[in-house]
Amino acid sequence: MGLRRRRAEREIPREATPPAYQGPMPVLTIDALGRKCPIPIIMLAERIGEVPVGQIIAVQADDVAARTDVPAWCRMKSQDFVREETLPRGWAFHIRRTY
Amino acid sequence: MAYFDAASTESLHPAARDALVAALDGGWADPQRLYGDARRARLLLDQARAKVAVAFGVRPDETFFTSSGTQAVHLAMLGALSARRRTGRHLVVGAVEHSSVLHTAALHEREGGRVTTVGVDRTGRVDPEEFAAALRPDTALACLQSANHEVGTLQPVAEVAEACRAARVPLFVDAAQSAGRAEVPAGWSLLAASAHKWGGPPGVGVLVIRKNTRWRSPLPEDEREGRRVPGFENVPGAVAAAAALEAYAAEMERDGPRLSALVDRIRERVPHLVEDVEVIGDPVRRLPHLVTFSCLYVEGEALLTELDRLGFAVSSGSSCTADTLRPSHVLEAMGVITHGNVRVSLPRGTSATDVDRFLAVLPGAVARLRRTAGVQVSE
Repeated sequence: MGLRRRRAEREIPREATPPAYQGPMPVLTIDALGRKCPIPIIMLAERIGEVPVGQIIAVQADDVAARTDVPAWCRMKSQDFVREETLPRGWAFHIRRTY
Repeated sequence: MAYFDAASTESLHPAARDALVAALDGGWADPQRLYGDARRARLLLDQARAKVAVAFGVRPDETFFTSSGTQAVHLAMLGALSARRRTGRHLVVGAVEHSSVLHTAALHEREGGRVTTVGVDRTGRVDPEEFAAALRPDTALACLQSANHEVGTLQPVAEVAEACRAARVPLFVDAAQSAGRAEVPAGWSLLAASAHKWGGPPGVGVLVIRKNTRWRSPLPEDEREGRRVPGFENVPGAVAAAAALEAYAAEMERDGPRLSALVDRIRERVPHLVEDVEVIGDPVRRLPHLVTFSCLYVEGEALLTELDRLGFAVSSGSSCTADTLRPSHVLEAMGVITHGNVRVSLPRGTSATDVDRFLAVLPGAVARLRRTAGVQVSE
């Protein structure tokens, strides 16, 4: 069991704009905006097989539960959680398919 | 119906019922007056106080009855913060405390106080060193639950109490979930508990304020309950709560290990019976009667409804309830799946047969809901 510690409250920097993202881009983006948990996770699990191993799939969601559920799903299913991107409405979660 | 939601409340203990009925007749008078009936009510209240004090290992004059566990939490926190205002206005709380603690912290912050929230690991446990590091010279109060109400993980109260002692900061322990089931390690300054969790009546809480702990009532002056808790004393309720605690704690000394073995059975079996499930919370340093697991791709509420239909009363910290629209702050802080969450908490006398029946119907219930949701997830 992992023992990664995390703060209860995420600190979101409000003023400094983060540097533009340089990493790999998703080859598939799923739109789960407006969908309540666990639908975004179900959609992710159903469609991750559509991207090649080693590539990135992104899920867009605005249910705040997804911020916990997507990384937790990745941990449970040994997929690689890459990053959370803030959208005008909700977030895009980037996941690298590992198998 | 098998009732597996003891963490919400226990049914009234027979010892509490008998004591309550007797005290409704014998303890109705005003315990502050001087005539015979009043002195009898005072005597009953004092006896109840003495019993509860023994159970918590404290003195009767440190023990006060409140109208609920939540009121005890409010009074403990606000009274300690108020008394130590000159020291500072900094408050330290664990991230997975009961909402009554976190809401009191939020109120303190709205009124100009500062709050530090100490995070937890994957099992829901605070790190005592991180907690100690959060204590400052201006810290007025630190708060830590004895055990988590959603996942059952025991908190490192002894270590945190030691750190608080060294920093000369009073520690408030919310013992609502463990009182009557597990001893609270010593070293704290204030404590809150709730009688209905140990088979006492609703409407009775316990507030303990140790001697040499600074405390000032945050409420208008009132002479009741040693000037700690306002309002006419609920003598029958206190008598019943004390009788229940005595009986319950004695039973749990025998029955606790048996319940704990049933919890181990659930913890061990569920991952074999249900695919894509995570049993959460500390497997060893935990309450004897409580286990929580999360099933992927299932809505927590739907699973609860299905289990209710099958004859099992369980609870959930899952999100997606229309009234909050927030995932459980406990599951969020732990970084575990917030949906498909089921909390099983075994009341006194739970039979192994009921637990086995639960384990027998659970896989089918989860599978049906996944099918309904159209989940076709390939490995």
